[in-house]
Amino acid sequence: MKEFLAFVRKEFNHILRDRRTMLIVLILPVVQMILFGYAVRTEIEHARVDVVGDMSDPEVRRIVDRMDNNRYLDIQEVLPSTGLISSRFKRNEADVAVCFERDFGTRLRKTGTGHVKVIGDGSDPNSAQMIVNYVMGVLRSEQAEISAELSGQESSVAFTPSVQLMYNPAMKSAYNFVPGVMGLILMIICSMMTSVSIVREKETGTMELLLASPVKPLWILVSKVLPYLLVSTVNFITILLLSRYMMGVPLRGSILLLSAVAVLFVFTSLSLGLLISVVASTQKTALLLSGMGLMMPTVLLSGIIFPCENMPAVLQWLSHLIPAKWFIIMVKKIMIQGAGFPYIIKEFCILAGMTAFLLTVGVRKFRIRL
Amino acid sequence: MENVIEIHGLTKKFGNFTAVDNISFSVRKGEIFGFLGANGAGKTTAMRILCGLSVPTSGGGTVAGYDIVRQPEKIKRHIGYMSQKFSLYSDLKVWENIRLFGGIYGLSGKEIAAKTSEILAALGMEDVRNSFVSSLPLGWKQKLSFSIAMIHEPDIVFLDEPTGGVDPETRRRFWELIYDAASRGVTVFVTTHYMDEAEYCDRVSVMVDGRIAAFDSPAGLKRTYGAADMDGVFRILAGRAVRKE
Repeated sequence: MKEFLAFVRKEFNHILRDRRTMLIVLILPVVQMILFGYAVRTEIEHARVDVVGDMSDPEVRRIVDRMDNNRYLDIQEVLPSTGLISSRFKRNEADVAVCFERDFGTRLRKTGTGHVKVIGDGSDPNSAQMIVNYVMGVLRSEQAEISAELSGQESSVAFTPSVQLMYNPAMKSAYNFVPGVMGLILMIICSMMTSVSIVREKETGTMELLLASPVKPLWILVSKVLPYLLVSTVNFITILLLSRYMMGVPLRGSILLLSAVAVLFVFTSLSLGLLISVVASTQKTALLLSGMGLMMPTVLLSGIIFPCENMPAVLQWLSHLIPAKWFIIMVKKIMIQGAGFPYIIKEFCILAGMTAFLLTVGVRKFRIRL
Repeated sequence: MENVIEIHGLTKKFGNFTAVDNISFSVRKGEIFGFLGANGAGKTTAMRILCGLSVPTSGGGTVAGYDIVRQPEKIKRHIGYMSQKFSLYSDLKVWENIRLFGGIYGLSGKEIAAKTSEILAALGMEDVRNSFVSSLPLGWKQKLSFSIAMIHEPDIVFLDEPTGGVDPETRRRFWELIYDAASRGVTVFVTTHYMDEAEYCDRVSVMVDGRIAAFDSPAGLKRTYGAADMDGVFRILAGRAVRKE
C-alpha cells in the first residue's frame, strides 16, 4: 500500500507540474462548450411519426397516408392518447407525434377549422426542428388541397396547427451539444492523457525501472489513472455548471444516475487509452492514435454533429461501435428527458460490455508487452 | 565461493528468432561481472530475464537464491536495476526521486530520510537536493541513478550500459561507485560497450549470436586470444558473428 501511495504522489506531481497542459485540460471544456454553441444544422430522413387521432375519420386517414408517402416521414403507430408520447420518445421509438382533435374531419368541413398539434422530441433540437418543419409542410399542402375542393361551397378551410417541443420548448441547440461535449472531454482526458503519460514512461525508460521493481504492474496502471479520474471529475462538474448557468440546460434526471453513467464512460475511455499505450511506443504515436483514431470518429460518428439516423447504413453500423455514441444517448435521456434507469438499460449494457472487453484486452496486453 | 547467479541452458525465442541460445554461466558473490557483446548479441534480452522482466522460453536458474521462472517477484526485491537510458523522473526534484524509489521498494519514511542524506552526502549533491533532475549534468544523473538503484541495499545490481554518452573522466568516477559497492559485498552485473571498462571487471563473458563465446577474467581472455587489451579480444570474438545487428 505504501508503495502504491508513493506512486500516486508521483503521478500527481507529474500532472500538477505540467502547468500548461493542466491549464489546457481545465479550460478545454469551456472552449468546446462555446464552440459547439454554433453547432451545424443537419437534416433527417425517415423520421418516425406517431399519430394520435381517430383513424376512421377520412380526413385524418388522408393526411396520415400523405405523411406516410413522404420520403422523410414514416408513420409508426397510432396511439390512443397523448400521454403515451413521452415514453415513446424516451425509448427512442418515435421522433414526432401528430395529434388530431376529436371529430377533426367533421369540424373541418363544418366550421372550416381543425386543430392539429405537432409534438417534437426537443432533446435533439437540430433534428426535431427539421422534422417538425416537414410535418408542418405536409399539413399545409393538405390544407391547400382541401380548401380547393371545398371552394365551391365555402370560402376556405384552415388547420390551426400548433407546435410543441417536448423537453425543449425553446429549441435550444445547447440541448444537443452539452452531452456531446461531455463525451468528448471525458474521452480526451481519459484516453489521450493517460495513454500519453504511460507512453512517456516507456519513451524515457522509467517504465523499465518500475517494472524491475517489486511493484505490481496493475498498481502502476491504477496510480497512472487516478489523477486523470480527478481531472475528469472536475471537467464533469465544470460542464454541468456551464450547461446549467450559461446555456440554461436543465438537469431533469437524477444526478446520481448521470454520474454513474459518466463513471462508466470514464472507464471505457481509460481502457481505450490503455490499449493505445500498449500499441504506441512514442508519445507522438499515442497522440496521433488517440486524435485520429478516437477523437475524429467520435466527433463524426457519435451523433454530436451529424445525426446517426441520417448516415448511410455502413456508417450507421460503424457508429454503433463508437462508445461515445451510447454515452451521449444516455446523457441526453437523463439530462433532458429526465429518464430513469429503465429507459437507458440497453445503452448502459452495451457500454458496460464494451468497457469490460476493452479493459480485459488492455490489461492483458499491458502485462504481455512490458 | 558462493554463486549469486546460476543460469543453465537459458533460451529465449521470439518467433523463429533465437535471441538467447542455450547459455549457462554463474556469477560469484561480490564480483564485478562484465556482460559483453555487440548490439543485438542478446545481452539485453538475457539481462531482462535475470531481472524478472521477461520469461525464458526454456532453461532456468536462480538469481539471489530465487528461481527466475517461478519467483520473479522475490528476485525484484533483492536486485537493483539501472537501465540503458538514463531513467529518473526529470520533472521530479532530486529528493523526490529518492523518496519515490525508496517508497517503491517499501522503505519507511525514516529510512528514506536517512538514505536521502546518505546518498546526497556521498555524491556531494546536497546543494542540488531541491533541483529538478532535468537540470543536472548527465554524469550526475547517472551517479544519482546508480545510488537510487542501490537504495534498498540489494544483493545484486544490474547495470545496462550505465555510462553511455559521458567523457572518460566521468566514467572513471562512476566506476569508483561500482568498486565501492563491490567492496561492500554487492554483486555488480554490468553490460558495457567500452572495452576499457571491461578491464575493470573481475570476470567477463562475451556474447556472440546469442551464445556465450568466451568466459574468463580479462587477463585470461587476453592470454587465450593473444590480444594486447580487451578491445583486441572483443574484435576477434565479435568478428565471428554471423547475425547482423
